[in-house]
Amino acid sequence: MKALSQRRRHPLAALALLLLGLLVTGGLYAVAGTVNEAKAQTTTYSAQDVEEGEKLFVANCATCHGLGAVGAREGAHGNQAGPSLIGVGAAAVDFQVGTGRMPMQMSGPQAQVKPKQFNEEQTGQLAAYVASLGAGPAVPSEEVLDTTKGDAAKGGELFRTNCAMCHNANAAGGALTRGKYAPSLEGVTGEHIYEAMVTGPQNMPVFNDANISPEGKRDIITFLKTIEAQGSPGGAALGSLGPVAEGLFIWTAGLGVIIGFTIWLTQRSS
Amino acid sequence: MGDHSHGDPNTSGTVATAGQGQVEKFQDPGLPPHRPRLADRDPRAEKRAERQVAILFAISVIGTLLFFVGYFSIHLDETTAVSTIRLQNLLLGLGTAFAMLGIGVGIVHWAKTLMPDHEVAEERHEIRPEEDRQVAEKMIGQILDESGIKRRPLIRNTLIGAGVLAILPAIGIFRDLSKNIDPDILRHTMWDKGVRLTRDPEGTPIKASDVTIGSAFHVIPEGLNELHEGKLNEKTKSVVLLMRLNPADLHVSPGREDWNYNGIVAYSKICTHVGCPVALYEQQTHHLLCPCHQSTFDLTQECKVIFGPASHPLPQLPITVDSEGYLVAQSDFHEPVGPSFWERG
Repeated sequence: MKALSQRRRHPLAALALLLLGLLVTGGLYAVAGTVNEAKAQTTTYSAQDVEEGEKLFVANCATCHGLGAVGAREGAHGNQAGPSLIGVGAAAVDFQVGTGRMPMQMSGPQAQVKPKQFNEEQTGQLAAYVASLGAGPAVPSEEVLDTTKGDAAKGGELFRTNCAMCHNANAAGGALTRGKYAPSLEGVTGEHIYEAMVTGPQNMPVFNDANISPEGKRDIITFLKTIEAQGSPGGAALGSLGPVAEGLFIWTAGLGVIIGFTIWLTQRSS
Repeated sequence: MGDHSHGDPNTSGTVATAGQGQVEKFQDPGLPPHRPRLADRDPRAEKRAERQVAILFAISVIGTLLFFVGYFSIHLDETTAVSTIRLQNLLLGLGTAFAMLGIGVGIVHWAKTLMPDHEVAEERHEIRPEEDRQVAEKMIGQILDESGIKRRPLIRNTLIGAGVLAILPAIGIFRDLSKNIDPDILRHTMWDKGVRLTRDPEGTPIKASDVTIGSAFHVIPEGLNELHEGKLNEKTKSVVLLMRLNPADLHVSPGREDWNYNGIVAYSKICTHVGCPVALYEQQTHHLLCPCHQSTFDLTQECKVIFGPASHPLPQLPITVDSEGYLVAQSDFHEPVGPSFWERG
């Protein structure tokens, strides 16, 4: 302990402390992540889940989606309120509520991702209630989300055909018409990606199992997780947004460097 | 303060009257006094500059070594991961950059700090325009005279004729570079009566019942994957986006009533502006957006252009189902797909 306190003014002490802090935070995150994974998602809902879900629904969702989730044409201010949720399935609820998109904070071109309003249990109860209203896509099983069984190359092919035009070839997202946009897929869980494909949230088209098979969807998720893990060997990927971001960078930073060299070249040495 | 009423600087009482009363003439200030550099005065600074130049050259050496590390230590074959290829690109790029930059910066630093820096003035050449012009004129006149081109019109005219004709073969040669000069290949695609709509890229046929409301399928014609030659050319013309809407949302114009099947519609994916794939489908607003120049097509109005530079709607592919329930084309597109061309009409 004495040796440690003697070295506290060492020039590298701050660096060592920073590294230690980063290691601890990273370690805690890793532990928290594995705890989350360990909780298996069950797709069978009890009658009590449905009952609890209905209570939550009436209190939090019925303003826009109507009692009994039949939908409401007009909202409080005369704008389009929520659609009917009969037949959207548990997957839609798990996606919309699980990513924080619902309940919506305010109407706009599209629902925004924000911190989750309901915990996992409540989300499950809401999903149970909505699933009980009519048959729809269920929350995917672990089998179809297991990226160790997926084929990233095949998934890349499917992604470039079906997804890349909106979500960008590197899944960095992109703009749509009139303020809408396709979000970045980085950091989105495989479960939510799968649910988005089967339910077609917001303006995203539906990719049902007849269009892209469950194995194909697993390949796509595997591809996304693979490119996410690979990262960018050059360091800054500039948002992977392509020529606009890269052009802006080279026109500002590159020209700045050239101007710097010109000034240096014409300056007298001291 | 004085009188501000006059605008003329020569008569104003307030504005300084520098230069007034004497002939205005620019005085050559001459060279600034020579100032010795740090390295000229201090031998330690000189030694330091020498070391700096050597370090810069050493950076260049390290850059070259980095290039060879990237070049030789990473083997590329069929199984190489994309990230490894990108890592190699990074090493090659960084290595070359530092190899060049080290030499360049080193030489400039060397010249600026260590090489002699005495100022030198070089006198301008005298300008003799009139004299030079006359000499040139005389030379041209002599050439014209001696060649006799004015006196022998037969030679002059045949030379002009030969020169004009000699250019013509080039037109033929450059025209041959484009083998696909026949515009009719732009009018027809692989679609024909009874050709099944299949999924891109697998090529599996699509049942009408597979296409649920809100779905979007990326479609290629049956048999495209079996093509060996010109597959990509055919694909660029025939790719189709298949979507299903509530039939009540579709505003069908007369003559196209049977082109959709229970609200399932198929449109060419090639933008009519400059041919980018229009595949950004918004399933609630039914807008199709082209990512290149933001042309927006309204699916409910038979892909009418509602925004952007595209000039005409996306061509619709008439579809129906065959006896097995698979979606098939009724015919080819009724108009050429993609951007306008001269002979499109």
